[in-house]
Amino acid sequence: MSQVAGHERARTGLSDERLRELFREMLLIRRFEEKVEERFRAGELPGFLHVAIGQEAVATGVCAALEPDDVIASTHRAHGHTIAKGTPVNAVMAELYGKEEGCSKGFGGSMHLYDVERGNLGANAVVGGGLPQIVGAALAFKLRGDQRVGVAFFGDGATNTGAFHESMNLGQLWKVPALFVLENNGWAESTPASQQLPLPQDELGKRALAYGTKTIEVDGQDVEAVYDATREAREFAVSGRGPVLLHVRTHRLTGHYVGDPQVYREKGEVRRLFETHDPIELLRARLGVGEDEFERIDAEVTAEVEESVELAKAGTDPKPEDALRWVYAEGTVEQPGG
Amino acid sequence: MAEVTYREAVRDTLSAVMRRDDRVFLMGEDIAEMGGSMGVTQGMLAEFGPERVRNTPISEIAIVGAGIGAAIQGMLPVVEIMYEDFLTISMEQLVNQAAKHRTMSGGQVKVPLTIRTQGGAGWSPGAQHAQQLEAWFVHVPGLKVVFASTPEDVRGLLWSSIYDPNPVVFFEHRTLYPLKGDVPDEIAPIEIGKARVHREGTDVTVIATGRLVHESLKAADEAEKDGISVEVVDPRTLSPLDAETLIESVKKTTRCVTAHEAVVQGGFGAELAAVVQHGAFDWLDAAIERVGAKFAPLAFAPVMEEYVVPHAADVLEAIRRTVARA
Repeated sequence: MSQVAGHERARTGLSDERLRELFREMLLIRRFEEKVEERFRAGELPGFLHVAIGQEAVATGVCAALEPDDVIASTHRAHGHTIAKGTPVNAVMAELYGKEEGCSKGFGGSMHLYDVERGNLGANAVVGGGLPQIVGAALAFKLRGDQRVGVAFFGDGATNTGAFHESMNLGQLWKVPALFVLENNGWAESTPASQQLPLPQDELGKRALAYGTKTIEVDGQDVEAVYDATREAREFAVSGRGPVLLHVRTHRLTGHYVGDPQVYREKGEVRRLFETHDPIELLRARLGVGEDEFERIDAEVTAEVEESVELAKAGTDPKPEDALRWVYAEGTVEQPGG
Repeated sequence: MAEVTYREAVRDTLSAVMRRDDRVFLMGEDIAEMGGSMGVTQGMLAEFGPERVRNTPISEIAIVGAGIGAAIQGMLPVVEIMYEDFLTISMEQLVNQAAKHRTMSGGQVKVPLTIRTQGGAGWSPGAQHAQQLEAWFVHVPGLKVVFASTPEDVRGLLWSSIYDPNPVVFFEHRTLYPLKGDVPDEIAPIEIGKARVHREGTDVTVIATGRLVHESLKAADEAEKDGISVEVVDPRTLSPLDAETLIESVKKTTRCVTAHEAVVQGGFGAELAAVVQHGAFDWLDAAIERVGAKFAPLAFAPVMEEYVVPHAADVLEAIRRTVARA
């Protein structure tokens, strides 16, 4: 019921041209997050932030394999998912600055990025919070006969919540078209796998066995593998055979939050992982992106990010009293026959 | 007009809405073949089938969360939580998710979800099957809270709750299910946010919810024998609250008692008292009295249960205290 996907597996899904587009997108997300860290440290961004440096291939590979009508629920580490699902970086950056031009109009912030038009039902700041809602979204698709899937992103930490287990159970019971994307980076905030998982970290996909749910093991540093696995999972789910757990092994090449001194992590670990597991470098090597081409792409995405900062800074501040604007929806739901 | 029970009123409304609107479906524990632990959904599986009358595992987090997700996708789910005590298990989804999506998204999301639940003492269910937790939800911006006390109000308010574009927690009281009442032949939607004056009076206003509406009406009849004229008002929807009707009533009567089955401390009566004293301060002739359960987890033995939760006699005593202090 599971397959091992890795660097050696047959590659079927993507042309080099499409992979180059994904390479650009991953680099855009990387530069975006680096810029966000920088601007946060400069004191420009309110609240607090989580970046997903090292996990870009997961967001990019999954979202590239989805159809435009598919929906996602993200996590507190949401910038990459949101950009990969199609939200312009300008709208994401503006949100981090709390501006009306933001993708949540300044009401959400980094942990509550929404873009309903593009199928982003919201980043969720409660670990595991999005999973049951994706089951519900997928149930709606099933009841209506829509050929769509709901995708829940979550981390290994979330697999210890009741919400995860209840969602897996209900989703499988009702065979809803949902993809559960487990981004296993081995850290629940500062707590390592050894202190939060009774299973070896690499065996976390076994949790789906309890529900009889199809599991696909994926190397999360390999965007093509992520893409292929997601396509396979999506086809399975929309065919009515039930949800799929994508167990994606990945690496958080940064702290839990921006500014996290990572006192809990062995010195040098992150540097070593960057050398061997940076998804951008791995894809670059595979595609043979030379210095000139890399610099050209890097300059483009860096300029895009820089522009997003300038636009965000020049964006519109909400009025204080706007805070009360969206507490309730007005009126009633449209009824049959008017 | 027709006479139906409170239980039938719930069922009739769900069925009527489901007949006309494919978006509406039910999820809950034991609601299909069994017809719900309170028999509310009896017969609905046969009419609507298992896709729309969905038995669920005992998974309150997933049930409520799935309701939220389906609602955001344009369905109109009605989730039954068997006992409101079990809402506590789903609090994360209700409080952090359902209530906040609209604001967090800057107005992009609507969550037209109805959560039906029931509770209440009077039959020795013990401490984990009898709580009245409505005040918890009144404290959460983004949720609407309805507590209907008559068959007519059940019909009109449940209809409006299902078609409300916001998450609504709809409370039913266990002991009211057999209560009969006249209802219009056609279901007449009742606007959420409008109180009902059940009985007009001139000396004291009793603002009561749920079972205590009926206890308060009994108390009012008793008080009348002593020459005290009592007005009984049921807010019916706790959030939003029809403060105007309550305040106008107290301006007329100059005295106020709040009455609910939930414990007094931190109960909805505290909110009512604050609203009334602020809105009718210059008219008040007595301190506002609060009637509710004593501050204890509910004990099992009938004599202890009887002692803890309030009855008509407690409302009557409170009425007399307000008059005595004038």
